[in-house]
Amino acid sequence: MNLNDLKLESQRTYWAKALVELGRERQDIVVVSADLSTSVKTSVFAEEFPERHFNVGIAEQNMMSIAAGLAACGKTVFASTFAAFGTGRVYDQIRQSIAYPKLPVNIIATHAGITVGGDGATHQIVEDVALMRALPNMTVIVPADAPETYKVIKAVADHKGPVYVRMGRADVPTITTDKGKFKIGKASVLRDGEDVSLIGTGIMVSRCLMAANILEKHKISARVIDLSTIKPLDTKTIIKAARETGGVVTAEEHSVVVGMGSEVAMCLTETAHVPMKRVGIPDVFGQSGDSDELMEEYGLTAEDIVEAAHDVISRKGR
Amino acid sequence: MVVYDKRLLKKLERKANLIRRHVVRMIYLAGSGHPGGSLSAVEVIVALYFHVLNIDPKDPKWPDRDRFILSKGHGCPAWYAALAERGYFSVKELDGLRKLGSMLQGHPDMRLCPGVEASTGSEGQGLSMGVGMALAARLDRKLYHVYVMVGDGEMDCGQTWEAAMAASHFRVDNLTAIVDRNMLQLDGPTAQIMSIEPLADKWKAFGWEVGEIDGHNFTEILSALERSKEVKGKPNVIIAHTVKGKGVSFMEGAVAFHGKAPDKEQYEQAMKELGGEP
Repeated sequence: MNLNDLKLESQRTYWAKALVELGRERQDIVVVSADLSTSVKTSVFAEEFPERHFNVGIAEQNMMSIAAGLAACGKTVFASTFAAFGTGRVYDQIRQSIAYPKLPVNIIATHAGITVGGDGATHQIVEDVALMRALPNMTVIVPADAPETYKVIKAVADHKGPVYVRMGRADVPTITTDKGKFKIGKASVLRDGEDVSLIGTGIMVSRCLMAANILEKHKISARVIDLSTIKPLDTKTIIKAARETGGVVTAEEHSVVVGMGSEVAMCLTETAHVPMKRVGIPDVFGQSGDSDELMEEYGLTAEDIVEAAHDVISRKGR
Repeated sequence: MVVYDKRLLKKLERKANLIRRHVVRMIYLAGSGHPGGSLSAVEVIVALYFHVLNIDPKDPKWPDRDRFILSKGHGCPAWYAALAERGYFSVKELDGLRKLGSMLQGHPDMRLCPGVEASTGSEGQGLSMGVGMALAARLDRKLYHVYVMVGDGEMDCGQTWEAAMAASHFRVDNLTAIVDRNMLQLDGPTAQIMSIEPLADKWKAFGWEVGEIDGHNFTEILSALERSKEVKGKPNVIIAHTVKGKGVSFMEGAVAFHGKAPDKEQYEQAMKELGGEP
C-alpha cells in the first residue's frame, strides 16, 4: 500500500454529513459552535437547522456549559471547535458541567495535532487526548479516516454520556470502508501479522499500514491495529496482539507523554510484558510549517514506525 | 408594591427560620462548609421553593418543571434544606452533609440528589447552564422558567459575562438570574478583592432587565420574581442585597464564616439566636 495511491478525504466533510443526517432523523440533535462554524463545518448543519444551532461567539467556556444545560433537558448535543480550544481552554467546564454529571455532550474537535501546520504551536494541541482521557465518564475516540469519522459520529449520537472525538485539519488517506457500524471501544485489526504489532490511532493508522508494507519487504510480518477508541481501551485486542506477535509499536500524532501509547504501555505492563516503542511527538510544543514537513520533523512517518519495529524486534527475548 | 397575604409572608418567614436552623446544624455536624453564603441566600431560595417554582417533589424529573440552579454551589446547605422541607427527600438526610456515601455532597451533584438540576461548585458555570436550559425550553415549546442564583463573587468570573451576553443575544426571556449580593467573598469584601460596581449598570449594558431588592424581604422578593416572568424579549436579573451569614449575629458580615463551620459553643449560640433546640 502506497500512501500516494490512496484517496485523500476530509474528515470534517464526513462529520458534517453525518451530523446533518442525524439532524434530519432526530429532533433532539442540537449543535453549539464558537465562531468557528465554517472551519469545523457545523455551518452545514446551521444552514439546514438554524433554530437548532447556537453560535456563542469566541466563548468556549460558555459554549460547553450551555451544551450541558441543553443536554440536561434531554438534548443530544454536539459542541464543536478546534481541539486546542475545546479541551485545554475549557477543561474545567467539561469536567464539572459535562463529565461529572455524565451528560450526552459530544465534543467534536477538529484541527488537532501538528498537522494544523502554519498556525503553529498555539493551535497545534498535542496533549488533548491526555486531558480528555483523564476525565472519569469520558469516552475518547480518534477516527483513522473520513469514512470512520462518519460512522463514529453516528455511533456517539446514541451514546449515553460525554464523548471527545478528535480529528485533524488535513485530508487523510482513506483506509477503511463505509460498511458496517462503528462499535465504541472495539479496535479493528486491519492487517494480520506475526512478528510485531503496529497499533495506530487517527492519521497514524495509514502510516502503520504503509510501514507494514515496507516491513513485508524486510520479511517481517506486521499486524496493524486501528485503535480509534482510546478510552475505553480495547485491552483484549491489545493483549492478544502483544502475546501473539511479541512486540508492540504504537503510533499517534500526539505527545508521547500520556497519550495512547502510554495507555497501551500501562495496559501491557500489567498484563503482557513485550518490547515496546512509542512513536509520537516528543515532550515539546510544535511550530509552524507544512504538515508533511512537520510529520518528518517530529518523527511521525512510516519510516519512523519501521525503525521502531526493527528496534522492538531486536529486543525480543532479551 | 404588591401586597401579599400576611399568612403567606408569615409562613415563608417561618420556613426561612427553619432552613437557617438546618443550615447551621448541618454544617456543624459536617465540621466544614459555607455558612455565610448559605444563610444570605435563604429567603430567595425559600420564596422560590415554597411559592414561586412550578415543581413536583414527587416527580423531580417532570419535563415541564421550572428549573433552579445554584451557581454558587457552596451555598448548597440552604438548597438541600429547602429541598428536604419541600419533600424531595427525608429531612434526616440533611445530617449526612459532606459525609461518605451521602447524596448531599459538599457541592451539589445532580446525579445524586433529587431536585438538584445542575452540578456546581467551580464558580461561574451556572448561568451558562441556565441559558442552555432556557434554550431547550424554547426548542421544545415548553413554558417552564429557569432561575439561576449567582454569587456576587461570581461577577469576577469571565464566563458569567459570556453567559449574560449570550442570554441577551438569544433573547432568552424564560431566564431569571438572581445575584446574591452579600458584599463578601472568601478573601474579603468584594469591593477590595475585585470591584464589580456599578453592577446594575453592567447588567443593563449587557441587555438585561434589572431589578434591585432587599434579599431578605419576602414582599420584595416575591414581587421581583413574579415580575421577572413578565419581562419579554430579554433576560431578567434581580440583584438581591443580602447580608452574609444573615440571622446569626457573629456570622453576619464576617468574612471568617465564608467557609468555616461553627464550633460547639458557636453552634449552641447560633441555634439559640435562631430560636431552635441545639
